[in-house]
Amino acid sequence: MDELKKAVREYVVREYIEEGDDREVNDTTPLISGGIVDSFSMVSLKRFLERKYQIQIPDAQATPEAFDSVTKIAELVRRFKPDA
Amino acid sequence: MSNIGSYEERLQGFDWSIAERELDYTPGGFINIGWYCSDRICRLGKGGKLALLWEDAQGNEKQYTYDDLRRCSNTIATFLQGLGIQPGERVCLFMDRAPELYIGFVGILKMGAVAQPLFSAFGDESLWTRLDNAQTTAIVTQKKHVLKVRKIKDKLPHLKHVIVVDAPQSALKEGEISFNLDEAPKVDEFDVYPSTAETPSVLHYTSGTTGQPKGAQHVHYSLVSQYLTSKWVLDLQPDDIYWCNADPGWVTGTSYGIIGPWANGVTQAVLDSGFGTERWYAFIQKYRITVWYSAPTAIRLLMREGTEVAKRFDLSSLRHLASVGEPLNAEAVIWSKEAYGLQFHDTFWQTETGCMVITNYPGMPIKPGSMGKPFPGITATVLNPRTHEPVNQTGVVGLIALRPGWPSMIRGYWNNPTGYANKFRNGWYLCGDRASIDGDGYYWFVGRDDDVINTGGHLVGPFEIESALLEHPAVAESAAVAKPDPLNMEVVKAFITLKPGFEPGDDLELDIMNFIRKKLSPLAMPQEIEFTQGLPKTRSGKIMRRVLRAQEFGEPVGDISTLMDE
Repeated sequence: MDELKKAVREYVVREYIEEGDDREVNDTTPLISGGIVDSFSMVSLKRFLERKYQIQIPDAQATPEAFDSVTKIAELVRRFKPDA
Repeated sequence: MSNIGSYEERLQGFDWSIAERELDYTPGGFINIGWYCSDRICRLGKGGKLALLWEDAQGNEKQYTYDDLRRCSNTIATFLQGLGIQPGERVCLFMDRAPELYIGFVGILKMGAVAQPLFSAFGDESLWTRLDNAQTTAIVTQKKHVLKVRKIKDKLPHLKHVIVVDAPQSALKEGEISFNLDEAPKVDEFDVYPSTAETPSVLHYTSGTTGQPKGAQHVHYSLVSQYLTSKWVLDLQPDDIYWCNADPGWVTGTSYGIIGPWANGVTQAVLDSGFGTERWYAFIQKYRITVWYSAPTAIRLLMREGTEVAKRFDLSSLRHLASVGEPLNAEAVIWSKEAYGLQFHDTFWQTETGCMVITNYPGMPIKPGSMGKPFPGITATVLNPRTHEPVNQTGVVGLIALRPGWPSMIRGYWNNPTGYANKFRNGWYLCGDRASIDGDGYYWFVGRDDDVINTGGHLVGPFEIESALLEHPAVAESAAVAKPDPLNMEVVKAFITLKPGFEPGDDLELDIMNFIRKKLSPLAMPQEIEFTQGLPKTRSGKIMRRVLRAQEFGEPVGDISTLMDE
């Protein structure tokens, strides 16, 4: 079990999917282009990652493409914290 | 050859009757936007032409001809009438960019009700504020958004009908109605409501410095300027495939995402999906988009990905680009030429104007970073902020002001005559923005003239955010101000004092951010929070947001003689 992906997935479901909304989020579900997380809300997701993993993600790397799935987010986090 | 031809020649003897004649409209006679967008195009022999090419995030596709649009909008209008909804009542559209949103808008207008589109990312409190204020009778929504409606329905005594377009009746709760457009028997004949020029049509909510958002009341006569500006500024021509990025929850998404293109009989494409550089380029390539109306924030996101990504797609169909929402920076204009071989044409207008008022035109030289020039028929100037007289000097910053009277100007704010009256000085309508005019008559945007925050092209009112912040258990006092941002022009920053027993920290900051995002909207979410011991106030106790805003922008604080001594 990839704990990083699990944590991101759980956070996305908890914070960005309304209670009762039956959409599923797996590791490759498009988050930004799929309309689950909009580009403004990306800021709170970035803040969550920075706080939980004690990293700083430069704005230039916090692109909609880099946040577009749980897998991509995990790759981004591991660029700054390989053992996450 | 562009539709407008020579801007200078169009200025000579301009009269809005040009558009009235093209629309076969007789002053004092029938004018119904819904009918003009559907039935009239069919009567012109274009019933078989595609009106809507739609695709969602999962790649599902739908297509509607103008005759489909006519019959489907009849079907929705008949359904709403059957519920007992009366002309003049407000019907809210609260959904993602589904076909039912676009067709429903047309249907609501055809049966004489007032369309009230709201951004589907609004949280339950933002939704309640606007439905309560408008005394909305019915809301048309989707399964994933009806949950927000359920939370507030008991506090909305005027809301009689909750209509869900993508769920069977068995999945709904008592008092909710399922309506499936695909399965509904289509209605071929419908008696369109005999609206005239001043009949209310659309109610869009917009934010101000004080108080809750205001309902900007438009009328059916707005069609005249929305039609003509679409034709002359967006240069919509019969063979175009047009794409407007704006959500119909905002005025761009209705004036130029529904009314303008369809009144011109043009095919428009809609992508019901979030942002994605490659997704967007693939969409342009697939549908051979020719005219693209976008926004600076989106353009800057595309810029971040570079020109190389653009070159991987066939974007050769594009022939005209325009932008709206906030000033388009010169770098973006120059970059678009490099990436697409075309420059974006910046357009300036707002919810209250209903149509573009200061803009760049096809064929007119673009000065990158400039807003362009007033549309023919629009008398614009910049006013001295103290005297409210025209500045009459090039390069001097003043308040952007317009002479009232163009067809799509709002007729008032819903139940708020004082708020409307406050928008005028010396017979000029004040836009709330500052600009200067250069020697060639081009306007140059400087910034807002009030505390409203323009984030990603959307106006957010500080009062609404501060009111919501006070509902968070940790917040004692707050001030929401604009903070400069390279991507969104401005973002929301909140200064917060905490109640006893709460300590500043990352967890609390994130908790407050998400609290506002869910309650109001992602746009209203503070992207930065500064915990502070106190807020600057006047001696009468009013929080001086302008002091905090000036700090964020590195500008002089100005007169602080009324500042309360700490």
